[in-house]
Amino acid sequence: MTTASIPVLTKKDFQTDQEVRWCPGCGDYAILSAVQSVFPELGIPREKFVVISGIGCSSRFPYYMNTFGFHTIHGRGPAVATGVKITHPELEVWLATGDGDSLAIGGNHTIHMLRRNVGIKVLMFNNKIYGLTKGQYSPTSEFGKKTKSTPFGTADRPFNPLGLVIGADTSFVARSVDVFQGHLKDTLKKAAAHKGSAYVEILQNCNIFNDGAWFELTEKEARNEHVVQLEHGKPLIYGKNRDKGIRLNGMELEVVHLGNGNGLTEKDVLVHDEHHANPAYAYLLAQMEEKPGFPTPIGVLRSWDRDRYEDVMSKQIQDVIAKRGPGDLMKLLNAGDTWEVR
Amino acid sequence: MATITDPVVRAHKREVIEKAVLRFCGDSGDGMQITGSQFTNTVALYGNDLATFPDYPAEIRAPAGTLPGVSGFQIQFSSADVFTPGDAVDVLVAMNPAALRTNIKDLKPNGILIVNSDAFTEADLRKADLTSNPLEDGSLDAFRLFTVGLERLTRTALQDLGLDAKSMDRCKNFFALGMCYWLYNRSMDLTYKWIEDKFKTKALLVEANKLAMRAGYNYCEATEAFQVSYEIPPAKLTPGTYRNLSGNQALAIGFVAASQKAGLPLFLGSYPITPASDILHELSMYKNFGVMTFQAEDEIAAITSAIGAAYSGALALTTTSGPGMALKTEAMGLAVATELPIVICDIQRGGPSTGLPTKTEQADLLQAMFARNSEAPIPILAPSTPGDCFWVAVEACRIALKYMVPVIILSDGYLANGAEPWRIPTLDEIPGIKVKFATDPNGFHPYSRDPSTLARPWAIPGTPGLEHRIGGIEKQDVTGNINYEPLNHEKMVRLRAAKVEAVTQDIPDLVPAGDPDGDLLIVAWGSTYGAITAGMKTMRAKGHRIGHVHLRHLNPLARNLGELLVRYRQVLVPEMNLGQLLMLLRAKFLVDAQGYNKIQGQPFKQSEIEAKIEEILG
Repeated sequence: MTTASIPVLTKKDFQTDQEVRWCPGCGDYAILSAVQSVFPELGIPREKFVVISGIGCSSRFPYYMNTFGFHTIHGRGPAVATGVKITHPELEVWLATGDGDSLAIGGNHTIHMLRRNVGIKVLMFNNKIYGLTKGQYSPTSEFGKKTKSTPFGTADRPFNPLGLVIGADTSFVARSVDVFQGHLKDTLKKAAAHKGSAYVEILQNCNIFNDGAWFELTEKEARNEHVVQLEHGKPLIYGKNRDKGIRLNGMELEVVHLGNGNGLTEKDVLVHDEHHANPAYAYLLAQMEEKPGFPTPIGVLRSWDRDRYEDVMSKQIQDVIAKRGPGDLMKLLNAGDTWEVR
Repeated sequence: MATITDPVVRAHKREVIEKAVLRFCGDSGDGMQITGSQFTNTVALYGNDLATFPDYPAEIRAPAGTLPGVSGFQIQFSSADVFTPGDAVDVLVAMNPAALRTNIKDLKPNGILIVNSDAFTEADLRKADLTSNPLEDGSLDAFRLFTVGLERLTRTALQDLGLDAKSMDRCKNFFALGMCYWLYNRSMDLTYKWIEDKFKTKALLVEANKLAMRAGYNYCEATEAFQVSYEIPPAKLTPGTYRNLSGNQALAIGFVAASQKAGLPLFLGSYPITPASDILHELSMYKNFGVMTFQAEDEIAAITSAIGAAYSGALALTTTSGPGMALKTEAMGLAVATELPIVICDIQRGGPSTGLPTKTEQADLLQAMFARNSEAPIPILAPSTPGDCFWVAVEACRIALKYMVPVIILSDGYLANGAEPWRIPTLDEIPGIKVKFATDPNGFHPYSRDPSTLARPWAIPGTPGLEHRIGGIEKQDVTGNINYEPLNHEKMVRLRAAKVEAVTQDIPDLVPAGDPDGDLLIVAWGSTYGAITAGMKTMRAKGHRIGHVHLRHLNPLARNLGELLVRYRQVLVPEMNLGQLLMLLRAKFLVDAQGYNKIQGQPFKQSEIEAKIEEILG
């Protein structure tokens, strides 16, 4: 298909007639709006989009996208999406999921989809709480958090979602925030352009059960001090006055102050390389979010090319057909030793 | 090979008989399954009818020589129809004391017993918990015992090849196989060919195994160990081209046939589990048919990837056994709710939990019927013989695609691993499968229905103008939009049930085998077919009026079943479970049927069916 034959699509083309039923003020509205803005810009016919989800607030997403959509069962979205993508690699498959759906009940499917590098784009809405079941803690809730199911505080350490998926050798790993619309759209476009699996953690507020989940990062006054934007080839500098940077010291990252009379300049700061060959680099970045005194990095932590599962599978099939010729049912039925009865 | 010479013309007596039952048994490392399947292929190619029963332990290698490590392979072959692998054994080949001890009870009085006497040292006897040597203590006096030093003789035959002792000992099963070929006057050519193919990169092993087999054959010829050899003429089967086929192989090629007939790519999502894994192995070889096999991370991903593939327009399957079925239940409900066509194969084994992984059972019927949340009916089919698995695979795909429903196939370990001669059909004999994807956006609704099948349209991603959303949440009739209204829910529940019930229009009326009315109707399903058919034949010959219906369709049931049940004075339901079909029949038809239940991991014997009929009819 040539690009010329694709009708020009707008945000409206991706909106459905269904009433959106998230709580007023939910961060999911912002994510929906960003996705509906980005899809028409991708130059892909609408019928090629498939939006798949599991269970949870985030997983209602497909109903609000005027594309092909499949709201599956809890945690299993990655496996359903894998079945779609293997049989039709030309489709643009997106998965909407959350911290519970992706990291608790669906953890196994998530890591295996990413390990295989199936070309699926994952939007993981992380609000650090179970919303649809009304307020139990999630695998990303802070240690000690008091919730409906943990009145005396949680006893388990949370997952670092991006650390986890880097461990699964995910070929595209990024983070953005629901309210940072420009940044979110940019990140989604980069994910869309990536060929293999893309895992985007979207920090999202649940104003009912975990209001202010990411307040430190999103609050206007403080955000410059608590967020560092990752840009490929650019130094890791942040702060209202761009006076802080991240430096690599041995195996550790450290926060340094620039132009402080200490002789440190931009040149001493780590320059971001999203294609870094060693995943340990991206892992260090992923860990910053949970380290006191460090800003949270947003943007693309890691992006590298490797073969997609569905392409390897298609190629195997094509190779065998080239070698043996297309399957002949009569030959298959008559395979092995046969004999005649008269 | 130059070292092999043809056997001399024989001087012994040759007797023509109708049938024989032969069992090879030994340690699981002794190659008994290979020996058995080689013998099977040879008698099949000769034209005998046959049935086999491989029976092996769950452990890949239990400690050598112990009782839990015993592996067996039984075959009945005949010049007449064969329905079962046979009850009692005519010839037993035992490779060690443990095999002898666990299998001797099945050998007929005066049966031929070939024992590897080299494996009867005191240490060997201890491993089998034997305090005295059965070869010497007179306990085998009821049999025609032939003690053969299999290891010693094999080593002597192979001494010039320069193989180490261990490698030479590994060929002893072929020595035993050569003896059996002599005993039944069979050509070794097919097994020669197999050995050449199997060890094609290892010329020395080709030579060693061929030599060992030939040595076993010549040993019988030279020593006149057996005074008689047997001849079993070919059976009078329906004319056609035949091959030997196991149940799992039959399912695999049946699915390929269905995919070709439907013009759809085949997708299998599967997680390895005994005794279903062979279907995955088999299908993964057929890439030139465009078959996609996906070894998923678990049972749930196996079925949900198949659901994804079905959603995008593939003929989608998942294969498993009972424990895997348990894990797939929620996803089956999703397939019911989204009305997507997938085929789920449950190759049943003994349970609960891990149970008896390599042994057979039929105890997943109620699981297949009911193990889902809420009302989630699914059509269920059951093959009755290994070859029938092919036809059931095609039929299951046809129903799934025609009615847009998931379909369950209930096979079992006995069918999966057992083999029989299978008449290869022509392409015209395989039913056509019509598939139509929705393409027209005008008036398109994802949950509109075909009036005769109640199937909803199959609108696959990539079709312009048909963008729509489906999911597990209850949906409004016709539009498919999320809907929680009470009356709509009841309507949808009833529609999904009516759709499964509509399958009855494709189920032919049952015609009982045997008598059309009379003393006893046997109602059964699955792999019990052979034993019941054989047992009933004997009992009818004694003058009883007996009918037998074997249900291929377990849900929904054939329309005329209720009417058949009242034509006989009594109804018997033999099953390898505690009475699951029995429960369904009693519930649906209020019939006072009685069960006959065997839950031993072993199939029914013909004699057991006969004894039960005798007990009922006197």
